[in-house]
Amino acid sequence: MDLLFPKAGLAGMELIRRAGVRVIFPPDQSCCGQPAYNSGYRDEARAVAARQLAALQGDLPIVVPSGSCAGMMRHHYPGLFAGHPLHALAMSVSRRVFELTEFLVDVLALPVDDLGPPVKIAVHSSCSARRELGAADRIEHLVNAMSQVTTVEQDRKAECCGFGGTFAVKQPAISAAMVGDKCDALLESGADLVVSQDCGCLMNIAGALARRGAGPRCLHVAELLWERTGGQPL
Amino acid sequence: MASRSELGHRVDLALGNTAKRANIARAMYGLQQKRLAAFPDRDALEALRDAGEAIRRRALAALPELLEQLEANCRRNGIEVHWAETVEDANGIVLRILRGQGARSLIKGKSMVSEEMGLNHALEHEGIEALESDLGEFIIQLAGEGPSHIIAPAVHKSRHEVAALFGRMFPDLPRRDDIEGLCATAREILRRKFFAADAGLSGANFLVAETGTIVLVENEGNGRLCTTAPRVHIAVTGIEKLVERMADLPPLLKLLTRSATGQPVTTYVNFVSGPRRAGEKDGPGEVHLVLLDNGRSRIYEDPELRDSLQCIRCGACMNHCPVYVRLGGHAYGTVYPGPIGTVLEPQRSGLDRLGELAEASTLCGACSEVCPVRIPLPALINRLRFDGVRTDAAPTRGSGGRRSGREALVWRLWARLNSSPRLYRLCLAIATRLQGLTPRRIAGWSDARELPRPAARSLHALARERGFSDE
Repeated sequence: MDLLFPKAGLAGMELIRRAGVRVIFPPDQSCCGQPAYNSGYRDEARAVAARQLAALQGDLPIVVPSGSCAGMMRHHYPGLFAGHPLHALAMSVSRRVFELTEFLVDVLALPVDDLGPPVKIAVHSSCSARRELGAADRIEHLVNAMSQVTTVEQDRKAECCGFGGTFAVKQPAISAAMVGDKCDALLESGADLVVSQDCGCLMNIAGALARRGAGPRCLHVAELLWERTGGQPL
Repeated sequence: MASRSELGHRVDLALGNTAKRANIARAMYGLQQKRLAAFPDRDALEALRDAGEAIRRRALAALPELLEQLEANCRRNGIEVHWAETVEDANGIVLRILRGQGARSLIKGKSMVSEEMGLNHALEHEGIEALESDLGEFIIQLAGEGPSHIIAPAVHKSRHEVAALFGRMFPDLPRRDDIEGLCATAREILRRKFFAADAGLSGANFLVAETGTIVLVENEGNGRLCTTAPRVHIAVTGIEKLVERMADLPPLLKLLTRSATGQPVTTYVNFVSGPRRAGEKDGPGEVHLVLLDNGRSRIYEDPELRDSLQCIRCGACMNHCPVYVRLGGHAYGTVYPGPIGTVLEPQRSGLDRLGELAEASTLCGACSEVCPVRIPLPALINRLRFDGVRTDAAPTRGSGGRRSGREALVWRLWARLNSSPRLYRLCLAIATRLQGLTPRRIAGWSDARELPRPAARSLHALARERGFSDE
């Protein structure tokens, strides 16, 4: 996010600020710890997560612009800090986490005045947003609210794109087969744009489409919203 | 990649076999649709899953006492109960029973536990013929293969392949290519075997402690024949298959068949409650129940991993797993494939041997979303990844066996970088300035994808510029 998809994060913050909410980006934050956690290196994950807890003290809501990071913070921080002095803070952070589309829809009830040209969009919800957070309907809500957007549905929409963090590197052949099928389905859907709320899926799908040299552009939903509702270029 | 693991080789083989892949994918997407249609009411489904989970948890919570109760009630019914700690013990017990009967042939209903035991091979070694009578098992036995799915063992074969196989094995029978014809051929061969066999063997879907009953679910009627036609019936199953009461069965049966194949009920539900009694016209003279541990009590010891024993073997986790759908069961190289196999098999054989299986998952959660008894499969896979690389003494067999010094060092450096805000920001600044110098390829990733290029400005930098940074 920080290095590869900074505009997605920035668009999210701009959208929230435009709705009249003061947005703070704690500069001491880095990674939620998920890569190490999902690789079995829990001590390392805990060390990194502890830094995020320190950066996120207080009682403000925490908005996370990627489904799997939000899932990590909401669902795995409490267990990761079980019996640890930071457990109470981990619980507090867990309770305050919103995945970005949850915050935009549930808290802000963000009005979407679509000023963009007509476009066909396929939505890819990350597995974390869909199953861990149960939030896949929020991105659909936001995309469907855009008057000039036609949504198209790719075959086996709910199936994983094959990213899975270190899985993509540790089991490259299986991952390639999965993202290959995902790309086929997206190409067949006729979408001009693929939109997701998770940077991991976007990196995977966009990378695989780029290798083929053709296909829809991939975009984080925050950027899509910002672009199409009159936001200045980021 | 320089060296491929055994799993890697099997994965390459599986992905390279396009015909087999197509057979498996078609069947799995079909089963997904059937399950969906079988549970039209989402709230009712969730309530049923709650009930199923509660029943399995209650049974496991009292497992030692319920096993004793089961044994007492089975004995009262005339079922002889045998305890087997290892597969060798279990094979020895079956062999002794067969020898005691002077049996030379055994007809088998479908049993994954017998696969776990390697029973056919063990019996063959002792000169006893074991014949599979479940159609799918019959096919793969003819082909000399193992099951690729726990409920649909020959799902990787198309009907044309089966027709060709039958043609090769039974050249005298008329060749049929249609499914009905293939079934008729198998039926004709098997019918005679049921009545000729000296003994019958089955698995068990459930064991009811309160009544001492063996419950068997099937569609072909072969299970009923195996358990009634020969003079002795041996049931083999794992110690975890038990439920407390008869009243626990309806929700579990509903969940099992709908989750597995989308059927509201199977063609046959058999309740075996003992041998033939005086005045009864049929049934075996002896019924034996072999209860296999084979690592289950070790799994039971761990309060988190114990959840994997809730499994009722419906196969829904594999039907919905995007990895299984692409590989099929053979690529796993284990008796139980798919997500539940990924959890059970490394615990059984050791993480040092099979820990890589736990890495062959995206943790997408499609499995736990459909599991009828809510086994938290991704969390358990994650736990096994942890046990695989941890350095303290963990109870899981082979724990620490996946740890490599190189990987551990990478994660240590990663943790250092990400837990020092100043170091992290410094690295961000360097990476964004050296955009052009960042690697263009990463082994594995770049086989199928372009690598994204770092942005010119990090989110940290952009947030600061735009006034988001501090209070």
